Amino acid sequence: MVSAWTHRLILSRPFRYSQLLGQDIDVVNDLAISVRGLRKTYTSRANGSKDAVAGIDLEVKSGEIFAILGPNGAGKTTTVEILEGYRDRDGGEVKVLGQDPGKLGSDSWAWRNRIGIVLQSTNDAQDLSVSETINHFANYYSNPRDPESVIHDVGLDEKRDARIQTLSGGQRRRLDVALGIIGNPEILFLDEPTTGFDPEARRAFWDLIRNLRDEGRTILLTTHYLDEAEALADRVAVIVDGKIIEVSTPENLGGRNNAKARISWLENGTKQEIESDFPAAEVAKLSTKFGGEVPELTVIRPSLEDIYLKMIGQL
Amino acid sequence: MRPNIIKVGFLRGGLEIKQFMRQRESVVFTLLFPVMLLFIFGSVFKGDLAPGVTFSQYFVAGMIASGLVNTGFQQLAIMIPLERDFGTLKRLRGTPISPISYFIGKAVLVFVAMIVQVGALMGFGAALFGLDLPNTTERWLRFIWLILLGSICSTILGIAFSALPKNGRGASAVVSPIVIILQFFSGVFFVFSTLPQWMQQFAALFPLKWLTQGMRSVFLPESFATQEVAKSWEIPQIAIVLVIWTVLGTILALKTFKWSEK
Repeated sequence: MVSAWTHRLILSRPFRYSQLLGQDIDVVNDLAISVRGLRKTYTSRANGSKDAVAGIDLEVKSGEIFAILGPNGAGKTTTVEILEGYRDRDGGEVKVLGQDPGKLGSDSWAWRNRIGIVLQSTNDAQDLSVSETINHFANYYSNPRDPESVIHDVGLDEKRDARIQTLSGGQRRRLDVALGIIGNPEILFLDEPTTGFDPEARRAFWDLIRNLRDEGRTILLTTHYLDEAEALADRVAVIVDGKIIEVSTPENLGGRNNAKARISWLENGTKQEIESDFPAAEVAKLSTKFGGEVPELTVIRPSLEDIYLKMIGQL
Repeated sequence: MRPNIIKVGFLRGGLEIKQFMRQRESVVFTLLFPVMLLFIFGSVFKGDLAPGVTFSQYFVAGMIASGLVNTGFQQLAIMIPLERDFGTLKRLRGTPISPISYFIGKAVLVFVAMIVQVGALMGFGAALFGLDLPNTTERWLRFIWLILLGSICSTILGIAFSALPKNGRGASAVVSPIVIILQFFSGVFFVFSTLPQWMQQFAALFPLKWLTQGMRSVFLPESFATQEVAKSWEIPQIAIVLVIWTVLGTILALKTFKWSEK
């Protein structure tokens, strides 16, 4: 009796790690990031005012890779830069690791100490070497990772003494990631991390990101590459014109998992076409009807690309 | 535990010096430009201003003072907008570093660059133009605090001013005329006491005039003090003016410092 009562008491009172660790992590919700009704409007003399972000809701769980997928200019970078504390917002609620990035007080360093940021293309510190830069940035954090192991993890061992200006685009991006994770962050933000990569470099980079997730970090990445979201993300939010039109796993995006298959064949010299949830049964029926092979039979499921392009209004 | 702000500042200073030394153009410009100017002026004006006081002697005082303004204020007011363009500052903004650490890093860079510059100028001046180096401990000590306080003051004003230029490309056009006008008004290129009174009074509002005067007190004979406008070196006033500008500059820099263009 007593134990059942105690049990219910524990369940009914949200238990917070914050009471234990002095940190503001909501263990019951286990959310690294929560966003409600986020708005941002840019006003320019030429174009009047434009809603870059027009009411976004997001929840990113601790330890997942969450991708914000959308075409250029959809509001991805604006959203992420608000979460990173770079930009003010015009409306809505934002919590990142329990804090509002728009209202960081004098202890903002403690919040920044727990996040890592990989910005879109940067061009700084050209005259320093990879290892000088990474070792230096480690000094900014209270609990940094070992610089040598970070250099190793991002695959820059061979370039550790090279000047940054001699790095290729992909190596440069790896350095950006190294600087993003040197502080041992709980959340890593990546803004279009693989733009301009060759396919091989992208695959290597994706492995790096997966390893970071496996270490228990939360990763929020923006991308305009569908295959990147599909390969990396546990969940994807598709953003178009400042609005999120769907949040889902890559497998279920756009209802792909239960989209109807399209079956077409030639009958009496004209092309016939039907859509069906049970394509195998339809094909069996046709086969019986034709007594074996069906002329010009095709069965097509929409590709993820088709679904995505339809979603963002490009098809 | 937050890493110590001052320690991180000095570590940043070390990094800044490393970067500075690796940009050959900037090193050559910073070190050789004052020496070249001394060579030109020293070759043109051969006469004595007073018994035992060559023009070069007078001019070196002005060159060191304006070196402080060039290396600190001018260089930073151009360099920081460039760092904004390159994303250096945006990246720093995303880390726990304090702006104070960044400021300290810049001051360390300016101070070290000044020491090297002054060394080159004095060595060159002594070898070619018979420059007399400071001859008492008191003068050397004054020389050191002038360079230290001057570097800090010039650094913080450069940081404060860096909020003004919209981008790195335009920065030089905004900053350079201000520095050149102040140099003319403050007695760097001409003997200060011979300038029109309105020019002297205008220059007295800004640190360069006082730095130049302080450097004269280090490099010129004691007797030359009577030739100053105030008939004295006005050492306490120099310290007060520099401290006031440093405090004002710090308040302004902390208020206006921008990590990114938006």
